[in-house]
Amino acid sequence: MHCQTTGSWGSYMPTTRTAATVVVGDPLERIERLASENAVVIFSMSSCCMCHAVKRLFCGMGVNPSVIELDQDPRGRDMEKALIRLLGASPAVPVVFVGGKLVGAMDRVMASHINGTLVPLLKQAGALWL
Amino acid sequence: MNSPSAVLTRRMAIYEQFHQISRWGDAFDRDDSPNTGSSAIVQVDVGNKAGYISCDQVEHSRSDQETNKPTDKIQRRLAQNREAARKCRIRKKAYVQELESSRLKLAQLEQELERARQQGIYISSASDSGYFGLSGAVNPGISAFEMEYGHWVEVQDKQVCELRNALQAHITDIELQILVETGLNHYCNLFRMKADAAKVDVFYLSSGLWRTSAERFFHWIGGFRPSELLHVVISHIEPLTDQQQLEVCHLRQSSQQAEDALSQGIEKLQHNLAQNVASDFSWGNYGAQMAVATDVLEAFEGFVNQADHLREQTLLQMVRVLTTHQAARALLALGEYLHRLRALSSLWASHPR
Repeated sequence: MHCQTTGSWGSYMPTTRTAATVVVGDPLERIERLASENAVVIFSMSSCCMCHAVKRLFCGMGVNPSVIELDQDPRGRDMEKALIRLLGASPAVPVVFVGGKLVGAMDRVMASHINGTLVPLLKQAGALWL
Repeated sequence: MNSPSAVLTRRMAIYEQFHQISRWGDAFDRDDSPNTGSSAIVQVDVGNKAGYISCDQVEHSRSDQETNKPTDKIQRRLAQNREAARKCRIRKKAYVQELESSRLKLAQLEQELERARQQGIYISSASDSGYFGLSGAVNPGISAFEMEYGHWVEVQDKQVCELRNALQAHITDIELQILVETGLNHYCNLFRMKADAAKVDVFYLSSGLWRTSAERFFHWIGGFRPSELLHVVISHIEPLTDQQQLEVCHLRQSSQQAEDALSQGIEKLQHNLAQNVASDFSWGNYGAQMAVATDVLEAFEGFVNQADHLREQTLLQMVRVLTTHQAARALLALGEYLHRLRALSSLWASHPR
C-alpha cells in the first residue's frame, strides 16, 4: 500500500519581520495547535529511524498521518525541548497525537496498538474507516 | 614409617645386603687370602633399621681381596649395582619432584578457576552456547547475563513441569491463576535482563549468541517474532469463543504490523549507516566516526528494546484475552515448545559429522 506522508502540513507560516523582531510563541502551544490540525499527527525528525518505523506502522494500517519534521522547522529546537518536557523523557521523537490528544512515544503507541485501544481511537478521530 | 620412599630404600638396601652375604659366602669358600680370617668376620648389621649397609664396610672388605682375579668380576658387579642403584634413586627423586610440582599446579588452577567464577567469568560447559568461546575479551556484564539466563532457563523448565502437573491434577482456577502470574513474571524478568544486557553490548544481545542454535534459526531482533509464537500457541488453547477468536486474530495482526514497522526502521538504520560509512567526506576523522557509531548504537538499542517491549505486550494481551485455564495451557504450550527447540539444539550439537 503506497502511503503518502504529507510533510510540513500546517507547520510554518512565514511572517514578515524586521531585523529587530524575534519570533515568539510558546512551543508547547504550537505543538498543541499543530496536533489538532489533523486526525493523526507525528512529530518526527527526518534522520530518525524510529520515526520511520512509526510512520510505516500507521501507513501499514491504512492511516495517512501528518508528519512534522522538527529538523526542517526553524522552531524545531524549541519544540524538541518542549516535547522532552511533555514526555518526561528523551528522545523527543517520535511523538504521536491522535484526534488532537497525545498518545505518546513509540512504546506507548505499540502498547496501545497491541492491546487494541489504538484502532478505536483512530476510528473515532476519523483516520480509519473499516 | 612405611612411605614408598622408605620401602624403596629398604628394598634396595636389602638387595645390597643379600649381595654382601653371598659375597661373604664366596670369601669363605676361597680362603686363599692371607687376610681372610679377619675380613670374613666383618659383621653385617641386620639389626639396622634402614637395613642399609654403608659403602665403608664394603670398601673395607673389598680392598683386602683386590689382588684376586675372580673378585674383579665381583667388583665390577658391585660397581654396576651401585651405579644402577644411584641412577634409580635419581630417577625416583625426579619423579617425586614432578608429582609435587603437578600437585602445586593443580592447586593453582583450581584457585584460578574459583576466582574466575567469583568474578563472573562464565566458563561454559555446553558446546552449543558460549560468548566466552567466540570472543577474546570477556565482558563481565555479558557473562553475568549468560549466567542469569542459564538460571532463567532452569527455572522456566521447572515452571513448565509445574504447569503440566497442575493441569493434569485439575487444580482450582485460583491456584492456576497464581501459576500463570508466576509464568508471566518470569518472562518479564527475562525482558528486564535483556534490557540491561542491551546497555552493555547491544550487538551481542541482538546476535542471539546466548540462545541455542534452533532458537536462533527463528531469530528476529534479539528473540522470537511474537506473532510466530502466538501461532504456535493458538492450536493448544482451542476451543475459543467467537469474541476470543476475533481478539486473537486482531492480536496476531497488530503484532505482525508492529514487527514489520520495526523491521523497516532497522533497515533504514542499516541504510543510513552504510551510506555514512561509504561516503568519503567525514571518514578518517575520528570524532565524526565516533559520533556516527554512537548514534547507530543508541538507535539500535532503541529498536532492540522496542522488540522486547512488543514481545512483552503481546504476551500480556494474549493472557488478557484468554480464561485462566486457557492461559495456563498457552503458557505450557509455549514453555514446551521452547524446551523442545533447546533439546533439538543439543541433539544437533552432538550429532556426528
